[in-house]
Amino acid sequence: MRGRLALGLAGLAGFLLILEVIPRLGLVSSRYLPPATEIVGALGRELAETAFWTALRDTLNGWVLGLLIAAVAGIALGLLIGAVPLLRELTASTIEFLRPIPSVALIPLVVVLLGTGLESKLVLVVYAAFWQILVQVLYGVRDVDPVADETARAYGLDRSARIVHVLWPTALPFVMTGLRLAAAVALILCVTGELVIGAPGLGTRIAIAQTSGAVADMYALIVVTGLLGVAINVGARAVERRALRWHQSVRSEAAV
Amino acid sequence: MLNVEGLRKTYTGDGRAVEAIRDLTFTVPDGDLTCLVGPSGCGKTTLLKCIAGLLTPSGGTVTLDGTPVTGPPPGMAVVFQEYGRSLFPWMRVAANVELPLRQKRLPRERRRELVHESLAAVGLADAHAAYPWQLSGGMQQRVAIARAIAYEPRVLLMDEPFAAVDAQTRADLEDLIRGLWQRLGVTVLFVTHDIDEAVYLGRRVLILSSSPTVILEDLPIDLPAERDQLHTRATPRFTELRTHVYQQIQAAKNTVHADR
Repeated sequence: MRGRLALGLAGLAGFLLILEVIPRLGLVSSRYLPPATEIVGALGRELAETAFWTALRDTLNGWVLGLLIAAVAGIALGLLIGAVPLLRELTASTIEFLRPIPSVALIPLVVVLLGTGLESKLVLVVYAAFWQILVQVLYGVRDVDPVADETARAYGLDRSARIVHVLWPTALPFVMTGLRLAAAVALILCVTGELVIGAPGLGTRIAIAQTSGAVADMYALIVVTGLLGVAINVGARAVERRALRWHQSVRSEAAV
Repeated sequence: MLNVEGLRKTYTGDGRAVEAIRDLTFTVPDGDLTCLVGPSGCGKTTLLKCIAGLLTPSGGTVTLDGTPVTGPPPGMAVVFQEYGRSLFPWMRVAANVELPLRQKRLPRERRRELVHESLAAVGLADAHAAYPWQLSGGMQQRVAIARAIAYEPRVLLMDEPFAAVDAQTRADLEDLIRGLWQRLGVTVLFVTHDIDEAVYLGRRVLILSSSPTVILEDLPIDLPAERDQLHTRATPRFTELRTHVYQQIQAAKNTVHADR
């Protein structure tokens, strides 16, 4: 474990070293790729600015809010559609049609409808994240073991008790996968929305750095979005591991 | 008293009908231990699910103490063959046993008592906090049995409960069931394809035909009430009974052949 971590860090250090050396040797003009030390310096300057923190907060606000709306809607609708066979038949083709539409394709529409503020960004985030969650919940609901369900019925569990004690725990691993995928997609759509629409956030700050020729700052901001992505993924995995201690993907081979 | 009268079950689907059970009539008196034995694929599980109220029969009735069974009746517990799927992996052992009691709205104190007693009765007093998947197959089936007896049923239905455990565990579990039955006075209906098991366990054995199922014989088992794996299975009477049941089932298979 410790050895793996050391190797990973060594790899990262090597990557930074190459980033430092290439522009210094003049292999690539430092106007397009500043040396790593300059990027780190720019990152330090960014961290000292209030405007940076406001932008970070705006991005995270959009991410949290969008993900929350998508999660509540996706889980509620997924359980409802999954529990009623007729609804499943009715919605299947519509879902298959709407789901592959890239959220980005909706940008012109939301700008016309809602302008360039938080609402537009939210619509994009919710649209992208919602399908990830809904589809997973639908898979999860179908995964209920008939023996588990018959056991519950035989012991007098009514429909609502079976949803709580059988359907929901069965669907939970799928819900967690959906949430993890949705969290990543939501961040992408946040930054995209900001870049393209100009809704306040890190994306807009990247665009401003680019147009004003602050190349090192632009790279520093890109690094920040990357670190956000890593943090979100690590966090989602931790939540998943906690919630699914019992699941075979997580459980350890502990003897009693 | 459990009463099955003219029970019929035909599965329809994809434009064809499969007659699983043709006509079954039998009674299980209170406190009896009846084994249902028949060739594999003879509709034993279908019958059990009809009795448990999990499946609607195509004809005939099932009544428990005079009340027709239309859904899972309150006084009935079921132990399934697939213990690994019947226990909930997301709940610890104690929670698995307790869940049906919570549904019965028993007070917390009483629930705790029942969970303790029933897990102790199956020899798993120290497994409360384990997850089912941390236990061996035999122990998991013990948990399922504990869940059933904690429910305090009047009738205990068992659907080939020991088909998936090894022979030694199986012998232990058979004795466990005999012991619990004698101690608790519960009515047991035990479905199996294992002839020796049926004769060893039952006070009476109902021999079923191949599908479409009818009852071939209602055979009282006149072995002494105190049974043990070594001596009971070695008695001449045991051998006679198991040979008789075996012949009946072989005959049943051959009759079906003649039909076709």
